[in-house]
Amino acid sequence: MITSLAFYLFASILVLSALMVITARNPVHSVLFLILGFFNAAGLFVLLGAEFIAMILVIVYVGAVAVLFLFVVMMLDISFSDLRKGAMQYVPMGLVIGAVLLLEFFTLFGAWQFAPEAMGQVSAPIAADSELTNTEALGQLVYTKYFLPFQLAGLILLVAMIGAIVLTHRQRSGVYKQRVAEQFARKREDAMEVRKVSSGSGA
Amino acid sequence: MEDMWNTYIWPTLIILGQIGLMIGVVMIAVAYLTYFERKVLGAMQRRQGPMTVGPFGLLQPIADGIKLFSKETIIPSQANAPVFILAPMMLFMLALLAWAVIPVDAQMVIANINVGILFLFAVSSMGVYGVLMAGWASNSRYAFLGGLRSASQMVSYEVSMGLVIVCVLLCVGSLNLTDIVVTPRPVWVQIMLLPMLVVFLVSILAETNRAPFDLPEGESELSGGFMVEYSAMTFALFFLGEYANMILMSAMCTVLFLGGWLPPFGIEVLAFVPGFIWFALKTAGVLFFFLWTRATFPRYRYDQLMRLGWKVFLPLTLLWVFVVSGMLIAFDALPQ
Repeated sequence: MITSLAFYLFASILVLSALMVITARNPVHSVLFLILGFFNAAGLFVLLGAEFIAMILVIVYVGAVAVLFLFVVMMLDISFSDLRKGAMQYVPMGLVIGAVLLLEFFTLFGAWQFAPEAMGQVSAPIAADSELTNTEALGQLVYTKYFLPFQLAGLILLVAMIGAIVLTHRQRSGVYKQRVAEQFARKREDAMEVRKVSSGSGA
Repeated sequence: MEDMWNTYIWPTLIILGQIGLMIGVVMIAVAYLTYFERKVLGAMQRRQGPMTVGPFGLLQPIADGIKLFSKETIIPSQANAPVFILAPMMLFMLALLAWAVIPVDAQMVIANINVGILFLFAVSSMGVYGVLMAGWASNSRYAFLGGLRSASQMVSYEVSMGLVIVCVLLCVGSLNLTDIVVTPRPVWVQIMLLPMLVVFLVSILAETNRAPFDLPEGESELSGGFMVEYSAMTFALFFLGEYANMILMSAMCTVLFLGGWLPPFGIEVLAFVPGFIWFALKTAGVLFFFLWTRATFPRYRYDQLMRLGWKVFLPLTLLWVFVVSGMLIAFDALPQ
C-alpha cells in the first residue's frame, strides 16, 4: 500500500514538474523544476530497489549537470518575453511537424512485434533471491559480461571531454598568471643585493 | 486495526521519535558550536570570548537565537520571492537530511542503507543549490557573485572528495557506513590513507565555505556574498545550515577515517566509554580543526583556490586511487 502510494506521489510530481519545465516563464524556474524532476525519478528508482542508480542519478545529474545548467541559465542576459513575441508565427509549421512525427510513431509501433522470448531477455540476469547488494551485482555484471561496452562508453566520454576542452580552450595574452614554481625557485640573490653605502654619499 | 497499528503506525511513530531526537541533538550541537567557535577564536587571539550571558557566557547561543528570531524578515522588492525564501530552507533541510544515515554508535542509525556513503555524497553535493538560488534570487550583484563563486568552488572540490571516498571504499569493500567503520584496517592501510585524510580535510573546508575558502561570503570584497540580502529568520537558517553542514562533514570524516564510534587506536581498555561519546569527541576534534584553520590562515585568492582543486588535489587523488588499488592487489588485501 505504502509502496504504491509512494509511486503515485513520485510519478505525479515527476510528470507535473516535467510539464512545468517547458511551461515556466522564467528559465531559472525551469531548471529548478528539472531538478525536482530528477529527484522524483531517483525516488522511483529507489522504489524499484535500484538504490545505486538512484544515488548516482542524484550525484551526477542533480549535483553536477544541473548545477552547470543553472550556472549558464542564470548568467544569460536575454529577455525571454522578447524572444517569445514572434513565436506564434511558427505555430502552424510546428503543428505540422509534430503531426507528421506522431503519425510516423504510430505507424512504426503499430506494426511492431516483439519476439515471444524478448521479455525474458529484458530482465537482469541476476537471481532475484541472491544475497548480493544492488551495487555488487551491478559491478559484477559491468566488469565481466558487459566489460567491452562499459569501457567503450568510458572512452566515448573521454573523447567528448577532450573535444570540449579543445573547442573552448584559448590562449589569452595580457593575463597575469601565478607561476608557483617560479616563485619558489626565486632566490634572495635574484631579488636584492647588499651594498655597502658610505655615509653621506647615497647608493 | 491491530494489524494497521503494528505495520504502519507504530513504526512511523518510532521513526519520527528517532528523527526528532537526532534533530534535537544536532540543533543543540549547532548552537554550542557557535559558542565553541567564539571561545576557540578568543583563546587563539588572547581574548575571553563571550562571557556576559550566563556563567562563562554559556547562554550566549540562546540569546543570539532569540535575537535572530525576533527580528523582521526583509524580502527585497526586486527579489524573486519564492526562490529567495526557498533557498535558506533548502540549505538547512539538506544539512539535516544527511544525518539519517550517519551511524553514531554500533546500532544507532536511523536508516542503515546499503549505499549510505553515496547518499551522504549526494546530499552534500546538493548544498550548492541553496547558495546558488540565494545568490540569484536576491537580485543583487554581490549576492550573485557569491553564488557563482560558491557553485564553481563546490563543484571543483567535490571531484577530489569523490576520489578520496573511492580510496577508502577500495580498502573497505562496502558502501554501508556501518561496514566502513567496523571493517578492520591494517596499520599500513591506515598510513596509506593518511594523505587522503589531509586532502579530505581541506576539501571539506572548501565544501562548507569555511575560511580560508570562504570566498562565497568574502566579507571584505562581497560584503557577505550570497547572504548579503538576508535578514532575521532566513539569515538564521543559512547560519544554522552552514554550521550543521560543518558538523555533518566532520562526522563524515570521523566515519571514513577516524573509526567512528570505536575507541581511538583500537585500545580495548577505552571501550567502556559508550560509542556515541567517542563519536562526538572525534567529531569535535575535526570541528576544532575547522576553527583552528579559520584563526590561522588568510583567505585564498580565487585563482589559487581553483588551482589547488584542479591542479593539485585532482591529480593527487587520482594517482592515489591507482596507488591504493595497486597496493591492495599486490599485498592481496582486497576486501572480499
